Amino acid sequence: INHIVHNGGLYKRPFNEAFEETPMLVAVLTYVGYGVLTLFGYLRDFMRQWKIEKCQNATEREEQKDFVPLYQDFENFYNRNLYMRIRDSWNRPICSVPGAKVDMMERVSHDYNWTFTYTGRVIKDIINMGSYNYLGFAQNAGPCQEAAAKVLSQYGAGVCSTRQEMGNLEKHEELEKLVARFLGVESAMAYGMGFATNSMNIPALVGKGCLILSDELNHASLVLGARLSGATIRIFKHNNMQSLEKLLKDAIVHGQPRTRRPWKKILILVEGIYSMEGSIVRLPEVIALKKKYKSYLYLDEAHSIGALGPSGRGVVEYFGLNPEDVDIMMGTFTKSFGAAGGYIGGKKELIDYLRTNSHSAVYATSMSPPVVEQIITSVKCIMGEDGTTIGEARVQQLAENTRYFRRRLKEMGFIIYGNEDSPVVPLMLYMPAKIGAFGREMLKRNIGVVVVGFPATPIIESRARFCLSAAHTKEMLDTALKEINEVGDLLQLKYSRRRLVPLLDRPFDETTYEETED
Amino acid sequence: MDVRSTKNYMFWLFCQFELITCSYLMEPWEKVLFYSFNISLVGTLLYSAYACAAAHAGAALQLLGHCLGAQQGDPSAAAAAAVK
Repeated sequence: INHIVHNGGLYKRPFNEAFEETPMLVAVLTYVGYGVLTLFGYLRDFMRQWKIEKCQNATEREEQKDFVPLYQDFENFYNRNLYMRIRDSWNRPICSVPGAKVDMMERVSHDYNWTFTYTGRVIKDIINMGSYNYLGFAQNAGPCQEAAAKVLSQYGAGVCSTRQEMGNLEKHEELEKLVARFLGVESAMAYGMGFATNSMNIPALVGKGCLILSDELNHASLVLGARLSGATIRIFKHNNMQSLEKLLKDAIVHGQPRTRRPWKKILILVEGIYSMEGSIVRLPEVIALKKKYKSYLYLDEAHSIGALGPSGRGVVEYFGLNPEDVDIMMGTFTKSFGAAGGYIGGKKELIDYLRTNSHSAVYATSMSPPVVEQIITSVKCIMGEDGTTIGEARVQQLAENTRYFRRRLKEMGFIIYGNEDSPVVPLMLYMPAKIGAFGREMLKRNIGVVVVGFPATPIIESRARFCLSAAHTKEMLDTALKEINEVGDLLQLKYSRRRLVPLLDRPFDETTYEETED
Repeated sequence: MDVRSTKNYMFWLFCQFELITCSYLMEPWEKVLFYSFNISLVGTLLYSAYACAAAHAGAALQLLGHCLGAQQGDPSAAAAAAVK
């Protein structure tokens, strides 16, 4: 449904998000495909059990055959019968820096993907449409690399301690002040791993007696952190503000389940860009709701920091909002900054509390100094403080690439999910054979893509996910688009019916027909 | 040349069938099993259609012939009776 929302003037720019519905015929044929594969899966399992075929997957030992079976659930059935058939599209080993072009080791399988052997050849210059390299900082040459090499020769690679013991280098302090300045918050803290930032800090912030309202499609790290905290978790529909408001109203009115006491804290967990859908959170509405119902907001900007906003400062800047409205701004350095790790930014009291009470600060090793230096150099480059306009040029190049790529794919007739401005582009494939076919055909044409199926997505909505980068030139994008067009014709992937559905949340008037893309 | 493009088109159609029914992912012996099952299913359907349709078509033609013969018979008999 195409939405251009003018919701009481909260949005300063049009919010174009579309999730075209699955065509009925495609859904039916997808189920047919899965049905055939399931039948053959049962046949193969039967043959393996009666020793007609050699069993190459993990099974229980002979002595344990009478115990509770370990490999009978759907996940394991899917793994050995469906995933194994298309396994060659994943875990491909690369042997160069994952920039705009990447080198990959060629591998073949002689027993239908149970084992792989390397032929020894390296496939060179594959256009990389899968790495999270939004601003092109994954480089092995340039100012970031030189600074990191200098710091490596000064500090070494390992820190050999946690932050609270002997691992707090001056580089970490410098990084945290810089990140706080970049985001526009009072203070920030950096951790060694993005996943651990979420899963180890949410338990430190909320506990039993608190309520967490989490989006349907939140990342595994947020879900794990929420579950570890012991708070009550309620899920609202993806990006649906009516659902969120209903949950907030229920929480305030009814309080805790048995005792009816008010909740100690209500925390709303959202992400800036959802990486499987390419959708952007409706942040102005979330902040308005948060203020109305007096709850707290935890924003995970893993994919949106550096990738959105006129100067790359994330989804808060994209909507033109005040960073102080978001209580906890979390993000990662893995995607746009070409390094590893995560950060949390917010008020000084909050960060001081996290420095002493976070599991990650107490137990996890500190970040490695060359990685810290890579982040410092790249943040300074984006802000323009290194004296050049490279950072600004890259942010603008990414926005241009995003608009161009999405527009061309929509014109070709593919079903593309997500917001017009998000650099994550999911292209729907639906049928299981097309997942494997798409990955293989694109590799034959020297383009590396990431295809996603169950269990990362719902079972019929498998997709290919393109991650655009500022390092992609227009020629590379044109080549990629030409090949995608060819493969789309070959595999019949152009499902879109190009229907503009009229708006649902404002009265019908003649301007409804003037929805054109700019 | 038209034969070649028709052949290409038929091959492309067969590839689409393979992709939709996921026989693209199967090992050769699985493909043989799947295709033989499909072909036998389609063959049985066609034969039963032929058998039933032939029986019904024969009966329908007979009925039609009877109606026409009866129609032609009655008016001429009535005309002959009127003349008399």
